[in-house]
Amino acid sequence: MTTDHPDRALIGRLLGPADPEVSCDECFELLDQYVDLEVAGEDADARLPGMRAHLQGCPACHEDHESLRELVAGDGTRPTG
Amino acid sequence: MPERMALATAGAAPAARGPADAPRAMKPAAGRAEESERLLDGLRAAGAAREAALTELHALLVRGAHHELRRRRELLAHVSHAELDDLATQAADDALAMVLAKLDTFRGASRFTTWAYKFVLLEAGVKARRRAWHGREVVLDDDSWRRLADTAPSVQRSVEDAELLRAIAGAIETGLTAHQREVFTALALNGVPIDVLAERLATTRGALYKTLHDARRKLRATLAGAGHDLDDRGGEQ
Repeated sequence: MTTDHPDRALIGRLLGPADPEVSCDECFELLDQYVDLEVAGEDADARLPGMRAHLQGCPACHEDHESLRELVAGDGTRPTG
Repeated sequence: MPERMALATAGAAPAARGPADAPRAMKPAAGRAEESERLLDGLRAAGAAREAALTELHALLVRGAHHELRRRRELLAHVSHAELDDLATQAADDALAMVLAKLDTFRGASRFTTWAYKFVLLEAGVKARRRAWHGREVVLDDDSWRRLADTAPSVQRSVEDAELLRAIAGAIETGLTAHQREVFTALALNGVPIDVLAERLATTRGALYKTLHDARRKLRATLAGAGHDLDDRGGEQ
C-alpha cells in the first residue's frame, strides 16, 4: 500500500506488519547478513524471512538497517560472494 | 589515550589511534574483502598485529559513528560539533568493547566489517536519539489516541479510512491493557523513539517492541473480528 496519504501512513504505523516478523534482538543478530545479501544483489528476504516485516514495523531497526546498508554500499565493502 | 577508549579496550588497548574521521582511499570490493579478513585475523592474533588491528578497527568504528550522526543532523541541529565528535567517540569506544566481547561469536555469515559496523551504528543511533530527546518530557498516560475516535471523512479522508481509524480507537480502549495502551500510544501514535522510551522506563528496545507487537496483534484481531478488511493495511514506515 502507498504511504503517500497521511491517513494510510498513520494506519500503517498503528497496525504494523501483518506478516510474521523477527524480534528486535533477532533482527540485530541477522542485520549484517541481511545487508550483505542485499548489497550483493541476493534475495535477502527469501534467505532471512521475517526481517522485512520487522523492518517495516520497527522504526529504530528500520533506521539501523537503512544506515548500515548505506554505509556498506558506499564504503567499497560490497560483498563479492 | 582518551579515558573512554581505555575503558573500552581494557587489557587490549592499542598503542595509538589514527585521526577520528580521516579521509580514506576507496578500495575495490575484492580489496575490501581481503581487508576484512586481515582485520579479523589481526584481532585474533597477539602483540603488534593485534595492536594494529585494534587501531584500524577503532578508526573504522569512528567512521561509522560519524556516518550515523551525519544521517541525523537535522535531529541534532542544536548540538555543537564538539559534542557530536564526543558522541561519535563514545559510540566508537562502546562499540569496540562490544565487538571485542563478541568476537568469538562471529561466524562469518557476513563481511566482518559489516558485522562490526552494525554495533557502532546501534550505539551512535541510540545516543543520537537520546541526545535529541534530552530534556523532553515523555507523557505515558497520554490519551491522544482518543482523538482517533473523532475522525470524520473529509475531502482528504475517505469514509473507509475514517471508519477504520474510529474502530482502531475503540479497539485501543477496549482491547489493550493499560501498559499496552501507554507503550502503543507513545511509540506508534506519538513517535517517541523506542530507545528513549526504553531509557525512561528502564527497559529494553526488545521488551518494548514485544509489547507493541502484542498490542498490534490484538488490534488486528479485534478489527478483523468486527469485519474490517486489513489485507492492504499496515506495516510500512
